[in-house]
Amino acid sequence: MNLTLLGPVAAPVAGALLAAVLPRRVAAWTSLLAAVGVLTTGIALAARTGHGATLADGLLRADALTAWLVVAVGAVATVACWAGVHHLADLAHRGALTPGAARRYLVLVQAFLACMTFAVMAANAGLFWVAVEATTIVTAFLVGHQRTRASVEAAWKYVVLCSIGVGIALLGTICVYAAATAAGPTPAGGLEALNWSYLNQHAAQLDPGLMRLAAGLVLLGFGAKAGLVPMHAWLPDAHSQAPAPVSALMSGVLLSVAFYGILRYKSIIDAALGPTYVRTLLVVAGLGSLALAALLLIGQRDYKRLLAYSSIEHMGLIALGTAIGGRLALAAVLLHILGHGLAKAVAFCGAGHLLHQVGSPLITAVRGALTRAPVTAGLFGLAVVALLGLPPFALFASEITLARAGFAAGLGAVVATAFLLVLVAFAAIARHAAGMLLGLSSVSPTSPSSAAEHPDTAPAPRRGLRWLPLALGLLAAAGLGVWLGPVQPLLDSAALVAAEGIR
Amino acid sequence: MHGATWVEQIFNLACGLLLLTAVGALWRRETSALIPILAVQGGALTVIAVLLASGHPDATEAMVVAAVVGLLKVVVIPLLLRRVRRLVRNARETRPLVNVATSLLAAAGLCLLAYAAARPLVAVAETPTARATPVGLSLVLIGFFLAATRHRAISQIVGLLLIDNGIAATAFLATDGVPLIVELGVCADLVLAVLVLQVLTARMVHTFGDGDLDDLRELHD
Repeated sequence: MNLTLLGPVAAPVAGALLAAVLPRRVAAWTSLLAAVGVLTTGIALAARTGHGATLADGLLRADALTAWLVVAVGAVATVACWAGVHHLADLAHRGALTPGAARRYLVLVQAFLACMTFAVMAANAGLFWVAVEATTIVTAFLVGHQRTRASVEAAWKYVVLCSIGVGIALLGTICVYAAATAAGPTPAGGLEALNWSYLNQHAAQLDPGLMRLAAGLVLLGFGAKAGLVPMHAWLPDAHSQAPAPVSALMSGVLLSVAFYGILRYKSIIDAALGPTYVRTLLVVAGLGSLALAALLLIGQRDYKRLLAYSSIEHMGLIALGTAIGGRLALAAVLLHILGHGLAKAVAFCGAGHLLHQVGSPLITAVRGALTRAPVTAGLFGLAVVALLGLPPFALFASEITLARAGFAAGLGAVVATAFLLVLVAFAAIARHAAGMLLGLSSVSPTSPSSAAEHPDTAPAPRRGLRWLPLALGLLAAAGLGVWLGPVQPLLDSAALVAAEGIR
Repeated sequence: MHGATWVEQIFNLACGLLLLTAVGALWRRETSALIPILAVQGGALTVIAVLLASGHPDATEAMVVAAVVGLLKVVVIPLLLRRVRRLVRNARETRPLVNVATSLLAAAGLCLLAYAAARPLVAVAETPTARATPVGLSLVLIGFFLAATRHRAISQIVGLLLIDNGIAATAFLATDGVPLIVELGVCADLVLAVLVLQVLTARMVHTFGDGDLDDLRELHD
């Protein structure tokens, strides 16, 4: 078995096994090690596939697009698992952590990582589906870990809506399988008929009528898991109730991993039906997501829900970029995936620290955070600036490129509408964030929770280090926005695979 | 050709049973009645899988798939559902969002819709069994309807299982079943999803004191 291919899946599996036996503190740091393992093996994969090569062995397969997604998972996981170490320490410090709960958390997070890397590395559309559904199952208890009414509700909606949504995608996958087996002599065992490479190579022979049905089902199904309208309703609940590092992973990369399926299917469907069909569906889903997010961001009262709706906004942009198509737009989409993942992970982890300090998820409860906790609040603020698409962060570069590609492709009206909605979202987020960060500190008798929480958290152990993962994440997001450097060839090859499928 | 017609008759009977049980799940308001209905439906699905496996080019693999499906849908899932039901006593759909008579009419409409939607699938597959594919899609649509219009946690789980049975039936009828390893993965996901929902139902009963989904009103915008 090829070690480079096995690495990204093996590292979190090993992490999960170790987390099950090691003591809590060691296990927490081991989980960071496993996340770094995913990142380094992802970089190794990128080095092997960055110039257009393909690695394949058994059920696993990697090209530049795969490597890009594995790097994204690894980078976000490094931030999230590092922040997770401090998250668990905070909970333990407050006496709100049983050893069983800590172990369950660490094992499930690693299993979650393994499912995501397996999803993007699966050679087969059927196994991709299995891995995506598995992510729903392993994250269900992470969403519902608090056992309050709200978190049980969020977990229930999450599992039911996502399972139904992904079920629709399975029906679509079966339609694709039916089309592939009808298109010609099926290879023995039938498994190969669902391989991404087989589907790409035989896309022109697939029955157009059946592919039309399949395309609708696949887009709706994986779109549900990617947080796109119309099946987005689970997202704000699940992302606001999960512990901050898990929200970081779910918002930062899980949405993109589900969207990766749409990217792979798009080149296949386009070859069978021409580009307009998927483009129309994605424009509708993208604009719908942007409009919904902009509308609900305006009156938002909960800052984790604010970040969740911002994820719907960014997934809308990613869908729109994919609708535009072509190498330039897809390079922007891929850069957006990585930049959004990093910025959103930092924002959620920063929000987790704020929640821990203030004790309330309400935006109005956090006033003047910059004067009270300058480092945490400053990092949170910078992450929000990154999410708003301001320079020097990667999202600035990707959004500009996306607009350029959109106008070049003759979708000017769509792009103009989209960026009008982005502007509304920008104003809403900026207003809420400014209120949280600036102004007078609200440590007063009127907010007893923050007053009670504050002296308790001040002497927490190893406070000095907790800003480090967030700062590193921001630095990476800013670095990608300024200078792509050695990443450029990988991004170009990945965009080529996304735009034209597997040759 | 006496044997062939005999096989065909069993096949048709199983397909009819699939549809009948789906409508039956809409008709009965007692949630306790849903579990045997699902078990019978699982049995019908297994019969279809076994019949198709005998004519499959790779018969042993297809038989393994049929055995796994049978074990799962007839034994494991009903067992898990019984445990969910034990959590919520006297659970009855007292006031479904859409009343039973209207639900049955809706089911008829959904079947028509399924026949229209399944046309490309029927057209592409050459096998005579593919003509029964609309039955699978009907199950999926009726499952959606059940999950959307009922208040009880267990009803929503049953809706989810109807959808899954429908997808499995579509896979068998249109393509002779998906590859073994994919089928195993799908089955594993299904069992785990039902287990997760069972635990969540227990937590819901613990925190809300009931398995009524109307209580899920904490989170909204």
